[in-house]
Amino acid sequence: MAGEVGGTPTQDTLRSPIALWPNGPDLSILSQAWTELGLSSYLVNTVIIAAGSWAVQVLVATTAGYALSVLRPRLGRVLYGAVLATMFVPIVLLLVPLYLTVLSLPVVHWSLVGTYAGAFLPAGASAFNVVLMKRFFDSLPREILDAARIDGAGPYRLFWSVVLPMSRPVLGVVSVFAVLAAWKDFIWPLIVLPDPAKQPIAVRLPSIAPATDLSVLLAAMAISAALPIVFFLLFQRLFLRSEGLEGAVKG
Amino acid sequence: MSRVGGPALVRGPARRRTSVAVLARWWRGGAATLVFLLPMLLVFGLFSWWPIARTVVMSVQDTNLVGPAEWVGLDNFRTVLADPLLPVALRNTAVFAGIAFVVGYPVPLVMAVVFSSLRRLRGLYAGLAYLPVVVPPAVAVLLWKTFYDASPDGVFNTVLGWVGLGPVPWLESASWVLPSLVMEATWAAAGGTVIIYLAALTSVPQELYDAASADGAGVLGKIWHVTLPHLRPVLLITLILQIIGTAQVFLEPYLFTGGGPSHASLTLLLLIYEYAFGSTTGGGAYGPATALSLMMAVGLALLSWAYFRLTRGWSD
Repeated sequence: MAGEVGGTPTQDTLRSPIALWPNGPDLSILSQAWTELGLSSYLVNTVIIAAGSWAVQVLVATTAGYALSVLRPRLGRVLYGAVLATMFVPIVLLLVPLYLTVLSLPVVHWSLVGTYAGAFLPAGASAFNVVLMKRFFDSLPREILDAARIDGAGPYRLFWSVVLPMSRPVLGVVSVFAVLAAWKDFIWPLIVLPDPAKQPIAVRLPSIAPATDLSVLLAAMAISAALPIVFFLLFQRLFLRSEGLEGAVKG
Repeated sequence: MSRVGGPALVRGPARRRTSVAVLARWWRGGAATLVFLLPMLLVFGLFSWWPIARTVVMSVQDTNLVGPAEWVGLDNFRTVLADPLLPVALRNTAVFAGIAFVVGYPVPLVMAVVFSSLRRLRGLYAGLAYLPVVVPPAVAVLLWKTFYDASPDGVFNTVLGWVGLGPVPWLESASWVLPSLVMEATWAAAGGTVIIYLAALTSVPQELYDAASADGAGVLGKIWHVTLPHLRPVLLITLILQIIGTAQVFLEPYLFTGGGPSHASLTLLLLIYEYAFGSTTGGGAYGPATALSLMMAVGLALLSWAYFRLTRGWSD
C-alpha cells in the first residue's frame, strides 16, 4: 500500500523495490512532498469539494425523502419514478451534456466551469441517496409522526425536530459515502476545473507525476490516500454493512 | 421523542388519524411540500433530467458553443460510425470486459467463499479486501504504474524474475496492456463485491451444510451444491453490473496509457472523451460525442433487457 512505501528515498525505492523500508522510514520525505508540491492547497480544494458534495447530497436526499415519504404530494409517485429512472442511465450518457449544462445553466446562463460549485453540485443528483432516505423514512413509526402533528408540529418542525433526529444511522451512511465519493472522484473535477490551482489532489497528482521525484510522489500519494483510509478504519462497520445494503437495493 | 409522543396519547383524535388527517395536512402543507421538493427539483432537473433530455437533442445537432446549434440530422451518427477508431475502441472495450469477466469476476466470489469459511478474523480479511475501494483511483493507478515498470527492476518483474519469468512489458505492448489494466481494475473493485457476497452468504442456513456433509459432500461439493445455488440471484446481478461497468471503463486507460500503445487500450468512453475534450483532436466535437454516448446507452439498455429476459427463470 501507498502508506507503506511512503517514506523511502528514491534510490532505495529503485534499487530494492520490494523492501518496504530499505533504510528505515524517513518521515522527512513526507514534509518534503507537502511543501515542494504545495499539497496543502490541493488538499484544501479537496476538502471544499467534499464538504460541498456532502452538503448538497444530504440536503437533497433528506428533503426529497421527507417530501416523498411523509408529505406525499400528489405527483410524488411520478417524481419518485423520474428519480428512479436516472439510476438506469449510464454515467457515460451524461458526461458531455452535463458539462455543457454546467458551462451555461439553462435560463440564467451562468457558467459554473472553474468553480467549486460546478464540481460538487451535480453530486446532489444521486438517486441512490433519495431511495435510501425515502425507504428509511417509510420505515419510521407513523404513530410518532402523527403524534407530533397532533401536538401542532408543522411540516418544517416535524422535519427538523422529529424526522432528522431519528435518521442518524442513514444520515451516517449517506455522509460517509458522499465524502468518500467526492474524495475519489477524478473525471468530473478534471473536466469542470481546468485551473490547476482549484483542482483536488486526486486530479492534480497524475499531472505532476511525470516531473516529480518518485519517492516524493509516493509520499504525496500516501498523504492523499491517508484520509480516506483513516475514514474507512473509523467507519469500518458502516462500510462493510452498507455495501451489502447497496447490493440489496440494486437487486 | 416522549415529549412529542406523550400528550398525543392523551388527546383522542390521534387514534382517528389516517386519511382525513393526512389529506388535511396535505392541503395545508401545500407550500411546504413544494419547499421540501425544491432542492430535488433543482438539482435533479439541472444535473440529471435536463442533461439526459439534452443528449437526445444534441446528438442530432452541431453544437460548437460559438454560434447557435444547427440541426444536422443523423450526421453525427454517420461521423462516428465512419470513424476508423470506432471498431478499435469497440474491440478493446469488448476484450477488456471479456478478460474482466473471465479473470476478474470469479475473484471476489472465491475471496468471499474462502473468507466465510474462516472461523476467525473474517472481518479483518473483509476489511483488507475492501481497503483498495477507498483508495482514490487516481492514486491507485499511479501506484500500479510504478509496479508495472517494464524494466527487469520493476516491482512485478522482480517478483517474476524470482521464478525465472519475464520481464513483461506490462503497459508497453499491445497484447499485455489490456490484461494489465484488468488486473488493476479487479484489485480496485473486488472488495465491494466481496462484501455483497459475504452479506448474502450469512443467510445460508447452517443446516444445509450439515445435510450436505451428512450426504458425504466434501468442501467443493458443499460450495457447488449449497453456496453457489444460494448466491445465484446475487451473482446474476453482480454480473450484469460488472458488464455495464466494464463497458464504461475510462479511468484506467486514461491514466495508465492514454489509450496507447498505438490505440491498443483506446476504449469507447475514452473515444467519447477524446471527441469532446481531447487534446490530440482539439476536442469540441460535442455532437459526435453525444451520438456515441447515446448509441452506447441504448446498446447497454438492450443488453441489460436481453440479459434479464434470458435469466428471468434462473434466479430461483
